[in-house]
Parts: sequence; C-alpha cells; structure tokens
Amino acid sequence: MSASAGARVEAAAEPEARGRYWLDRENVLAPVLLLPAVIYIIALVGIPLVMAVLYSLSDVSVGDQSIDFVGLRNFQQALGDDIFRTALRNTFAFTIASQIIVLILANILALVLSADFRGKRLVRFLVLLPWTTPIALGVLGWLWTLDNVYSPIDYILRQVGLLGPGSPLGTSWYGTNAYWLAYPDRAQFSVLLVHVWRTLPLATVILLAGLTAIPQDVKDAANVDGAGFFRQVFSIRIPLLLPIMAVAVLYGIVFTFTDMTVVYILTRGGPTNATQVLASWAYFRGIEAGALAQGAAVALFLFPVLVGVAALMLRLARRAETV
Amino acid sequence: MAVVEVRDLSKRFDGVNAVDGIDLASTDGEFLVLLGPSGCGKTTLLRMIGGLEPPTEGDILIGGRVVTDLPPRARQIAMVFQSYALYPHMTVYNNIAFPLKAAKLPRAEQEKRVQWAAGILGIDGLLQRKPRQLSGGQRQRVALARALVREPTVFLLDEPLSNLDAQRRASARDELQGFQRRVGTTTIYVTHDQVEAMGMGDRIAVMDQGRIRQVGTPHEIYDDPADTFVATFLGSPPMNLVPADGGRELLGFRPEHFVPWKAAMGDEWIRFPYHVHRTEYLGAERLLYGEIGEASAVARFPANADIAVEIGSTSDFAVRRADLKRFHPETGLRLDRPGNGRRA
Ligand SMILES: Nc1ncnc2c1ncn2[C@@H]1O[C@H](COP(=O)(O)OP(=O)(O)OP(=O)(O)O)[C@@H](O)[C@H]1O
Ligand SMILES: [Mg+2]
Repeated sequence: MSASAGARVEAAAEPEARGRYWLDRENVLAPVLLLPAVIYIIALVGIPLVMAVLYSLSDVSVGDQSIDFVGLRNFQQALGDDIFRTALRNTFAFTIASQIIVLILANILALVLSADFRGKRLVRFLVLLPWTTPIALGVLGWLWTLDNVYSPIDYILRQVGLLGPGSPLGTSWYGTNAYWLAYPDRAQFSVLLVHVWRTLPLATVILLAGLTAIPQDVKDAANVDGAGFFRQVFSIRIPLLLPIMAVAVLYGIVFTFTDMTVVYILTRGGPTNATQVLASWAYFRGIEAGALAQGAAVALFLFPVLVGVAALMLRLARRAETV
Repeated sequence: MAVVEVRDLSKRFDGVNAVDGIDLASTDGEFLVLLGPSGCGKTTLLRMIGGLEPPTEGDILIGGRVVTDLPPRARQIAMVFQSYALYPHMTVYNNIAFPLKAAKLPRAEQEKRVQWAAGILGIDGLLQRKPRQLSGGQRQRVALARALVREPTVFLLDEPLSNLDAQRRASARDELQGFQRRVGTTTIYVTHDQVEAMGMGDRIAVMDQGRIRQVGTPHEIYDDPADTFVATFLGSPPMNLVPADGGRELLGFRPEHFVPWKAAMGDEWIRFPYHVHRTEYLGAERLLYGEIGEASAVARFPANADIAVEIGSTSDFAVRRADLKRFHPETGLRLDRPGNGRRA
C-alpha cells in the first residue's frame, strides 16, 4: 500500500470516528440521559404542583372552571372545618403510630430472619409479599377480612372465646361480631393495622440488608469482648443500623402520610369521618364534591411535611456518601 | 502449665480439612506464632481457640480447663482482628471500655482501667475520637488496648499488622513485641510473614494444610528444620535441596553456607561442582544462581565479599558438613535429626 493511500484512509476515518463516538462524551451524554427524567418531572410533578397552588388560591370548581383569585380564603376555610382538623390529626396519628410499630416489629423480624435456619429464603419471600401486592388489591382483601358479618378474625376470636355475648370484645348489639369498621376507634385501629401490614415488609428487608452489612469481625469482637445477646443487639446492632433505619422510616412516612387508598377502600373516611385523612378528604372535597379549590388547599397541607422528609432523606444520603 | 492447649483438634468445612488433628500447647507468658502459607488453617485454629468456630473434633483447654463447648465470653480471652474490628459508632474510650461494661464493672473502675490501657499504648490523647478519625497504626493500638483492658489470660492476634504499610509494620512489630513483654500475657499470633514470625516469636509453629509441621524457637526452625516444607518455607532465598547418594536422599543447605572451595578452611567440607548462570546484586548482599548437576542452587554473600565467579563457568563450591541436613526424598522428613519420628 502506498503512503498516500494510507493518509487518505486516516483522513476519512477522522470525522467518522468523531461521529461514532459522540455518545462517549460526557457533555453530550449527560443531558441526553437526564432529559427523560426532566420531562417526566416537569410533566407529572411540576405542572400539577403549580396547578394545585393556583387552584388553592382561587375559587375554581367542577361547575365553574374560571380561575378567580381569592387569596388564602380556601386555607382559612379548611382550618375552620372540623372534618379537616380530624383529617389532619388522623394523618399524623396514623403515620406516627404505624411507623413506631413498624420500627419495633421490623427490628425483631429482621433479627429473626438474619439467623441461619432452613427455609430462610422462602420466609423472606413471604415477608416481602404484602409489599409487592398492589395496594388496592391488598386493601380489598382486608375489607373482607374485617367484614362486619363474615370476618375470619371474628370467627377465630369467637372460637377462642374472646367474642360473643358477655365476652371481653362483645358488643351491646348481638355480641357475635366485632364490627371492625363500624366503631370509630375500631375503624381507626383497622386503618392502622393495614398501614403496618403494608409498610412492615419493606422496612424489614431494608433492616435485614443493614444487618448483613455489619462486618462479621465486629460481631465476633463483641462476642469475644463478653457481650451477651441483648448487649449485642442494643449496643452494636441497633446503633449501627440507625442510619438505615432512618431510611426505612422515611420511606414508611411518605407511604403512609400520602396514602388515600387504604382509607378510601376500607372506610371511605367513616364512620362519620373518624378515619378521614388529608389525602382522602382532599379527594372527597375536591373531586367527589366538586370543590376543586378546596381540595387543592387541603392537599397542599401535605406539602411542608413531605418537603421536610425529602430534605432529611437527601441529608442522610449525603452522609452515607461521605462516611 | 500450659495456658492454651489443643488436643487432636480438627475442623472440616464441607469436605475440606481446614484444621487436621492438631496438638499444641503454649506456655505461660510466651509469644507463640502460628506461621504458614495462605489457606493452611491458621485463622480457623485461632477462631476455634477463641470460641468463634466450633471444632469438628478434639478439645481446647485454657488454663487447664476444657472450654471446647463454652462461648467466647466464658473463655477469658481477648482477640485482635486483622481488620481491628473497632466499633465504628463508639468513641475510642467507649471501644476500650466495652469489655468492662459487658463485665458490669463499676464506672469508676472502668475509667481507671481505660486510662491505664490507653497509657500503656500511648493513646490517651485520642479517647474522644471515633475510629474513622484514626490512622491505621492508631486503630491497631486501640484494638490492643481493648484487648488488654480486661487483663485476659490469652491474647489471640490474627495478622494484626497486615493492614499497615511496610515502614509502619517494622515499627509496629517492635512496639507490639515490647508491649507483650511488658504485660507478659500469653499470646498466640497468626501470620504468614516469616520475618514477623522469626523476629517476634518465642516459639513458632509452622503449619501446612491443616497440620503442624514443626514447633520450635526461631533458631530451631531455621537451623534444624524437621522436613523439606519447613526448610523451604523459611529463609529467602530458601534452603537448597540437592539429590545425593544416587537419589536416596536430599542434601539441604542454606545459601549463606555455600562458599567457594578456595574459601573453605578448617573443619570438614563437602565439595560440589557449581555451574553459575546469573548473579544478582541486592545492595547489602549478592546472590549467585546456578546448578549442581540438575538441581538448582543459590549462594549468598555479603556484597563486599571478594568473590570472583565467572558467569557460565563451573567451579568448586563447598558446604561445611555440620551445615548439611539430610532429608528423605519422598516423605521430605529429616533423616539426621534426633527425635524425628515423634513429630509434633
Ligand atoms: N467458613 C468457611 N467455609 C468453608 N471453608 C472455609 C471457611 N473458612 C475457611 N475455610 C477453608 O479452610 C481453609 C483454611 O482457612 P483459614 O482461613 O484458616 O486459612 P489461613 O491460614 O488463615 O489463610 P490466610 O493466611 O489466607 O488468612 C481454607 O482452605 C479455606 O478455604
Ligand atoms: Mg487467616
């Protein structure tokens, strides 16, 4: 091959190489990869959020969709409303109570599941199942489980003598059913139960991952240093799990705080709004009653808490990076 | 009395004999080194003594008491791990105090002992730091302080210096040995580094494939190896092994005992024709690489020794008869060592 032919080949290869490898350049690749996420966030998070803020400051309704600004009137009305205050209280109560229970149960479960026993994988899989079920389906299952007449829980309680005329859980009506969803306190308990059932699996799996990440040497050292079981759990494992526990709880808070499915399907906020939460109340006001502006205002009360949680999560993530 | 004794101790991991029938006893206050190549079962043996691994067979005695079935915390031992295994969420003070808290000592006594241990190891100034704010050497000293603070019967150390760079390691070796001499606690020390073993051990137990090949002082191990494994595992370059007597035995000699025939004076010397094919200058010393017949052999001299050897030439070299060891060519066992046959 002659020298000039070689040079020609080289010259031809140059622009083609640049064309073929343009995706390898970070200043091209980064925007290309980020673009879908940015579009997604603007379309599905940014625009609805702006709309919600606009709506909450106006008098828009399903019947009259023209936006006339009315200042903070919707917020004032919401705050003056007894149902709203119940919903606000319930939202916090359900979230805090369920996450405390989940934290305790998840720690115990994770400790048990981290032990070596036959069928460990199967049990872990079963524990994770509730989390993989679509929430609406799961709650429908609970609706039946807590049914006023056919509840299998009632059946078991009757069999062991806890339910029935004159028994501890008996009621003044027939005494043969607990009516889980008919009394305010029992309905609240039921909603709490379903929230715990729903968020426990993920928390357990997160803690389990955290437990297995504790170096064997550290556990061995604690053993050799004379720590018994409880000292190992409370002085070594739980403190080392704290950061990841925070992650699990923050996830749980977001799930529970914003959830309307459980209340909507299980109790529809009842009886007499005793289990109403912000998300369900926003839906009932804004969509079912048609008062869009009111609904938006109610929903926006979720916002400050979620911003706080998000900030905490980001801080935890950053701490995890620097350690 | 033996402080730690193991009797016919074995550990099988699904088919692998990690430890294979070991008998070993350490005497009061001694620094006993377990030395062997990677995977020979040193860590497994140490973890069984510490109670972190249940033996498949055999017994472990500490202070004359059988502890085979006791958990680690009932054994009066302290362990230092290769990774140091400090508790990352606790301050140095709380790390050192942890064994005392577990033993439910009164707070004032805890503080006294932590100060004492920290003083011995020179880490008084670091007590409020977290482990991640310490250098490797400082972490090692915290781990030692945590081991010391309970005044255990035995220290078990698993390659505690392997995380340090070469320079730190030399000084840490020095510190560690000085520390052990001061507190006088019986120590079992695991390493695969022969320099560490030779330099620190009162006695060395050389292990291979789950068995102990020889136990003895560094001198005995180096000058009087029980078999060809020990002879070639220690020393760098290792002992030369040359077939003799029509292949019925192997003659072993250290490179530093292999000198030109002309330089051999007095005593009784054995002569070998030595073909040199390469020399290596290492600053303080010089190595010759070559063959005696088919077998390769290395000679070592101080760099300033006046040795004129031509590369590619064959000349006469010699070894003192007293420096020659005789080995069985198949079993590798020493033929000329009193007491061989009832090996440890
Ligand atoms: N938990 C285990 N399960 C299965 N095999 C194991 C286990 N622990 C050790 N072994 C095997 O037992 C043998 C001895 O391992 P051990 O860790 O005691 O070696 P070692 O002498 O400490 O090596 P090193 O110098 O590399 O640390 C190895 O073959 C190893 O693969
Ligand atoms: Mg090891």
